[in-house]
This record gives sequence, C-alpha cells and structure tokens, in this order.
Amino acid sequence: MAQVPKFTKIQELIYELPIERVMKKNVVQVSPDTTMTELKEILRVNRISGAPVVEEARLVGVISIEDLIKALVEGDIQAPVRKRMTTQMITVRQDESVIEAVKKFTQYKVGRLLVVNESGGLTGILTGGDITRGLLEAISLDYHAEEISRYRAKHIFEDIVSDQTSLILRYKVKAKDFNSGGRASSKLKRALDRLGAVPEVIRRVAISSYEAEMNLIIHADEGGEIIAELQPEVMRITTIDHGPGIPDVKEAMSLGFSTAPNWIRELGFGAGMGLANIKRCADFMKLESKAGAGTQLDIVIYLRPEATDETSPQGEKPQEPA
Amino acid sequence: MISVKEIVEKLHLEAVSSTRSLDRPVAGGYASDLLSCVMKGAKKDDIWITLQSHVNVIAVASLIGLAAVIMTEGNRPDQETLNRAESEGVTLLLTPRTTYTVVGALNELGIKGNP
Repeated sequence: MAQVPKFTKIQELIYELPIERVMKKNVVQVSPDTTMTELKEILRVNRISGAPVVEEARLVGVISIEDLIKALVEGDIQAPVRKRMTTQMITVRQDESVIEAVKKFTQYKVGRLLVVNESGGLTGILTGGDITRGLLEAISLDYHAEEISRYRAKHIFEDIVSDQTSLILRYKVKAKDFNSGGRASSKLKRALDRLGAVPEVIRRVAISSYEAEMNLIIHADEGGEIIAELQPEVMRITTIDHGPGIPDVKEAMSLGFSTAPNWIRELGFGAGMGLANIKRCADFMKLESKAGAGTQLDIVIYLRPEATDETSPQGEKPQEPA
Repeated sequence: MISVKEIVEKLHLEAVSSTRSLDRPVAGGYASDLLSCVMKGAKKDDIWITLQSHVNVIAVASLIGLAAVIMTEGNRPDQETLNRAESEGVTLLLTPRTTYTVVGALNELGIKGNP
C-alpha cells in the first residue's frame, strides 16, 4: 500500500480552533485622549506593540508602535492618540475559527486583529504570534491525550494479568435499520486502532464485521447481536440471530447467491458477496444455521499476522462450512 | 499525487461534506454501485465513484478510509447522510455526469484503478 502523507493536524486545527482559544484576553486599552508620550510608556511597561482605543466602552480605533514611530519622526509626540490612531479596524468574531483570522491577516496585511463578541464588544486581541502559540499548545494537548489513551489501551493486556485475559465488546443490531448500518463495525475498528493493531488486520476486521453486521440488518427477523472477543493474539467475532435461518448454508456461501429483495439490492446490497468477503478476510470462519431457528457466524482473525502460522492449529484455516 | 481539491476543480464537482479535508491525496480509483464489491476492491485513500447516495455509502467509505466519494448522475444525499458524512469525516462530491464519463476524466488525470 502506498504511504500517503495525511492531512496535517495543523490544517485541521486552523479550521477547528475558535479564535477565543488563542487570542490574548485582558487587553490593555487606551483612551483617545491619551498622549503619544503616555502611550510610549504604556507600550513599554506592558511589553506590547499596540493597543485598541476605547471611548465610553466603544471601540474607536487602534494605535500601534508604528504610529508612535511616525509621530516621533514628525515631532508630534504630544498629540493625543485620537489624532494618530488608525480608525480602520479589522475585527474578527471570537467564535469564528482561526482560519478566518489567517485570511484577514493576509487580506489586510495588518499586524493585529481586534476580537469582538456577538454584540460587537471588544473581548481580545490577536497577533500572528498568538496563533502560532495557540496552535502549538492545542497540538501538544491533542497529541498527549491521544498518546495516553493509546498507551493505556495498548497495555491493557499487560496491566491486567490472568491466565487468559479477554475483552468482550457487544453490539446490538436492529433489523432493517439501514441508517445505522456500519455503526457497530466502526466502533470495533476504532477499538482495534486504539489497541494498536496493524492496519492490514484492522482492515480485515472492518470488512468482515461490516458484512456480518449488514447481514443481520438485511436478513435477521429481529436483528441480532455482534460479540467481539479480543485476546492479545486473536479476535473472535460471533454474530447471532434468531431467524429466519438459512435453508442451505453451502448455497448461501456460493459467490453471487443472494436472497435480498429488490429494494435492498437497489441500495447496493445483496450482491451475494458478503459471506465471500468475510471468508477472504478471516483466518477461520464457520457458518451454522437452521431454517426456522437462527444463524450463528464465527469469525477468527489473528491480530499479529506473523503469528498466524505458529499458533494456528491444524484445521484452523479458512474452510468450507460443513 | 493529485489531491481531492484538484479533482474537484478539474471535474467541476460540488463538494458537500467534510470539505476541510480537500487537500487529501488520492491514491487510486474504484467504481461500483455494489457495496460489497467496494469493500473488497477499493483501497485506502482511493476515490470511489457510485450512483448510490444513501447513508451506508458513508459507512463503507469510512471503514476502508477512502479519500472521497463521487456521487454521479445528479444523485444527492439526504440530510442524514450529509450529517453522518460530516461526523465521520467523509468527503462527498456530486456531479450530474455519468459514472462512465467521470471515470474517463479521472483516468486522464492519471488516477488509475487497482490492477
């Protein structure tokens, strides 16, 4: 399989992180009547490069260190901020994602954006540096949380010691509930991913459990149950239903055989490939059924492909059902 | 490797869900309307071309980790399908053109099927 670079975490975060998580709160504000000399001290003491100008709780402009330098050059240092400030204010909403801020930085070529809430009140200020710092923090948080849960899951079989430890996951599957199709297999796939199974094995589990799940949805009168038993080396998936049962199991196993009605085939099911797909993905598969009673399907997949040959006893190979 | 975004632009597709992951590269292509065939034949990071537009398409695409799904001949997913696609991070692309035409165009862009 080709190794493909994934969509980067940074790109995801830029779209997901709200601006309020990265902006500077407790913004130092100045009044329009502040003089440029006073402003110089405010910027120096607070170690900031600019400040919003607020008059009677209303945002009226923004003043930066650049404006201060220009005032110095022109000898206008005693002027009030009102005279030297920029009144063109570029704002972003605090609930917008960081990408909106990035777009505005590019579009307006400004050094800082004013962050406002829904009613237009100033709640923070945002610079390029804030975005970088916020993203780095979010990435390390995310990374740690995922690493920790992965680590814990991976070591569950080492941490909990018994002569034979296994983890049992049960999923109920409702009859004809196509809208939920694939939910149980998605959860199973996620569990295996957490446990650190190799991608090829996860793919085989995903395909076989999906086909088994869809069989319960399509065929079982009252739905059924998927029971996945996880052991350190092996996964056993069993599906059980209580009817209608399969009259001829051998026929059901043959490629292209399907009893699905037309409306189900129109949804793209009933290709007569489900059981064949399961068989192809499983290290061992057994289908037992009795017409009028119910069906039980057993699937065994070894979690470490290299261990298959050593641990597989004779006869535990893919085989035709009796 | 060509990205989903380039395909969207070159084939004038309408991206309707999970449009954030359009930078994702596409490894190959697969076309079928039978879900079990897709489970068998499509590989991770492939783009899948189908007439189907119901919610199970999302389950299949997510389980095998497809880069995107193109729904052809003007078929549109319902709201439930769109919601599920969004929550599973599956990119859905729509086109009025037929599967045959779309596959031809993808081939010209260098996207090949699995041998």
